[in-house]
Amino acid sequence: MRTTTADAPPPAVRRPERRGAELALLVPAVLIPLYGYVEVGLARRGAVPPGVAGYGGTLAGLAGLAHLAVRLRARNADPLLLPIAVLLNGLGLVLIYRLDLQTPGRAAAPTQMMWSALGIALFTVVVAALRDHRVPARYGYLSMAVALVLMVVPVFFPAVNGARIWIRVGAFSIQPGEFAKILLAVFFAAYLAANRHALVFTGRRVWRLRLPTGRVLGPVLAIWAVSVGVLVIETDLGTSLLFFGLFVIMLYVATGRTGWIAVGLLLAVAGAAVVGSLEPHVHGRVTAWLHPLAGTTTGQGAGQLAQALFAFGAGGLLGAGLGQGHSILIGFAARSDFILATAGEELGLTGLTVLFLLYALLAARGYRAGLALRDPFGRLLATGLAAILSLQVFVIAGGVTDLIPLTGMAMPFLAQGGSSVVTNWIIIALLIRLSDAARAHHPARPETP
Amino acid sequence: MIRCVRHVTVFCALLLAALLVNADRVQFVQAPSLARNPANRRSLIVRWDRPRGDIYAGPERLTGSRDTGGRLRYRRTYTAGPRYAPVTGYASQTFGTTLLENAGDAVLSGTDPRLAPVPLWQAVTRAQAPGGRVRATVSPAAQKAAFDALGGRTGAVAALEPATGRILALVSSPSYDPGSFAGAGPADVAAWRRLTADPGRPLLNRAIRQTYPPGSAFKVVTAAAALESGKVTDPEAATDSPDPYQLPGTTTRLANEADGCADASLRRALELSCNTVFAKLGVDVGLPAMVRTAESFGFDAAGPAIPSRVTGSVFDTAMDGAQLALSSVGQYDTRATPLQMAMVAAAVANGGVVMAPYLIDQETDAHGSVVAVTRPTVLHRAMSARTAGLLQRMMLGVVTDGTGGNAAIPGVEVGGKTGTAQHGVGNTGTPYAWFICWARPKGASAAPVAVAVVVEDAAADRADISGGGNAAPVAKAVISAVLGGG
Repeated sequence: MRTTTADAPPPAVRRPERRGAELALLVPAVLIPLYGYVEVGLARRGAVPPGVAGYGGTLAGLAGLAHLAVRLRARNADPLLLPIAVLLNGLGLVLIYRLDLQTPGRAAAPTQMMWSALGIALFTVVVAALRDHRVPARYGYLSMAVALVLMVVPVFFPAVNGARIWIRVGAFSIQPGEFAKILLAVFFAAYLAANRHALVFTGRRVWRLRLPTGRVLGPVLAIWAVSVGVLVIETDLGTSLLFFGLFVIMLYVATGRTGWIAVGLLLAVAGAAVVGSLEPHVHGRVTAWLHPLAGTTTGQGAGQLAQALFAFGAGGLLGAGLGQGHSILIGFAARSDFILATAGEELGLTGLTVLFLLYALLAARGYRAGLALRDPFGRLLATGLAAILSLQVFVIAGGVTDLIPLTGMAMPFLAQGGSSVVTNWIIIALLIRLSDAARAHHPARPETP
Repeated sequence: MIRCVRHVTVFCALLLAALLVNADRVQFVQAPSLARNPANRRSLIVRWDRPRGDIYAGPERLTGSRDTGGRLRYRRTYTAGPRYAPVTGYASQTFGTTLLENAGDAVLSGTDPRLAPVPLWQAVTRAQAPGGRVRATVSPAAQKAAFDALGGRTGAVAALEPATGRILALVSSPSYDPGSFAGAGPADVAAWRRLTADPGRPLLNRAIRQTYPPGSAFKVVTAAAALESGKVTDPEAATDSPDPYQLPGTTTRLANEADGCADASLRRALELSCNTVFAKLGVDVGLPAMVRTAESFGFDAAGPAIPSRVTGSVFDTAMDGAQLALSSVGQYDTRATPLQMAMVAAAVANGGVVMAPYLIDQETDAHGSVVAVTRPTVLHRAMSARTAGLLQRMMLGVVTDGTGGNAAIPGVEVGGKTGTAQHGVGNTGTPYAWFICWARPKGASAAPVAVAVVVEDAAADRADISGGGNAAPVAKAVISAVLGGG
């Protein structure tokens, strides 16, 4: 029974800040990867790896730095976001290190560690410098412009493994599409928040769906079409699928019209059918999805997807143990697109489930911030960022486990890839900021007896 | 808007649920079939990730493992490959396993559950026991003597201990080195291609997988049938046998290589290897009794598992008189493996009882603790002890007074039977020279060894002498090795 009367304001009971809980959770988030690192060394070389102190120290230092930034600048932030991100990032480093040991002369873990450090540094900068989550709303169009430029630029660089998504200068390469997804989320959130009412209440009614006027919907539709078009040219299927899903979800949340979901799904099916039958690259992916083991019976040997399935199968329920699997058989993408197969083989279904639940928890915390925020921009941005995480995990994990056609994307925090790690840390920084605002400006109701 | 965010949350939860269900499908439901897929290299990698257990013959280690540092890490090596190939078989990373490498594979590779001290714990940790050892029954001395005595001629030797069925030697020539294709590299594939294309068929295990017409060596079986059926009660008594013998229902006349076969006694006929006497005897005994005796020696059945399966030997069960006459001297379509003919000699030496031949003495874990021992078992009773005793004396006569003189060893009682088998269209092929025998030191009650030797390219004029000339010295070498080696 509520005891307050309608005209009395709710008492200003602040939520506890939970910074201690965050710090306490960071301890296992650092120790678990450290334990994994030692275990990999013991399994593969019979000795504790020499870099264990440096690795542990760096991870702990970075986690401490990030925690300090949150403690000083976002006191009310959700305490789960940072520990989960640190844990996933640390596990990714362990898996990459583990694969490095089987490919002498090609160590990716140190590079990944450097990018992780850069990512956490940027996280700290964003948390410290961005005092109000509504500020990016002012730069919606700028975000859009920068995102488009970033996505178009790789067209002028040579393709790597069939996809034109890298900018390569010497040994240094970045994937600008990764950064573009944050910028596009910001643009969508800003534009949709500003034009919500126009989207919902104007325009013609067609059957049960009210179509917004072209003047309102046009720009956002154009941006979306251009980005997906560019990605198709670059054959970056995963990211185009992600942008499509992100756009539909944010449009749905902004307008509240279920019809958009239906339209989105119809468009997706139609688009997939057309692209899948016309584009040979995509067509091959669809064929591989339907018959992943076809090559093993025709004598062509196991392709990457078949190798990944073998790896998952070999993991079984409990896994082979870190360092004791053979997912290196997958080949060149073992550290990036297919890193989940190593997790599945060496940590088993149990470990894979835990990983999925960690991602789910991360996304859930984003949605939770979205629900708690009062301003449309913040709500849309939080939902969009959480959707980016959810969709990425689904598209890549579904691809490597043969649930959906393989599209090639980076598993957040886990996969080797500098741009991806940095982008994901910025997403976490934004979610920290959003959750801080959500919890600080939205005091909890007192407990009812 | 709040409602929509909730919907999005539920949608993403459904995506997650789909991922979890699908992961369960791949990692639990499909895992066994994925593991079995031949394109999945994991089982091979795990299998060759540790040194394989070794095969021993007496104190001699027949195998080894070499660390290649490659993905399939340990490669099988063989200490005396060609000599022991008919015993060990091969364990190749590309071409699989045969013979003892195959029969003992679970122990050698460490996957045998008997090697795990705590099976359930092993299942949880997926730890595998180090490879155990397989100890073969083969006597290194006998194996070497047989291999050297054949000296590269095409042929085979099978030797066993009559009282137990322990195989003491198993040689096939020409042989091959199982180590030459043990790996997975191009050189291994090339070696394999060379061996499979070789017209000399070195990969064929002639001792247990090749059947030959046994020729006159089969007369021991015919003699046993004559004694068991009561057609002949006294081996010293003269038989009613013409020389030459006209095959029933034909105008074909069967002749002898030796003189003195007309009306010869059973003993003398065996010593001289008279075709006429034994052909007529087989017809007199009749098809049913001949078949019964041949079957009791092990013909007309799937060959024994030693534990590799031995090819079955054949004595036709539906023949007219002429065919029966020829079959009774080991011709027509009678065919036997060298091991089967060694079992025939062993049955005579062992009082009529055929013991099941076996090649694995015991299996142990990596530390030498025994996990399995093979116990001798009776396969059949081929004849009465009396018949066996009579045959023993007759076979001794073959060596002392007949065609088998080349197998005589001072101080040793050797009972044998020579054979030369015609084959090919119109008997144009080079005849096969046979010698089957058993031996015991003078005064001993039991014969410790029975041997069958076949040499394929016996260049000879006189049928039975070539068995004695080509094959008997090989048998003699094996007997000497067994008796000398103890």
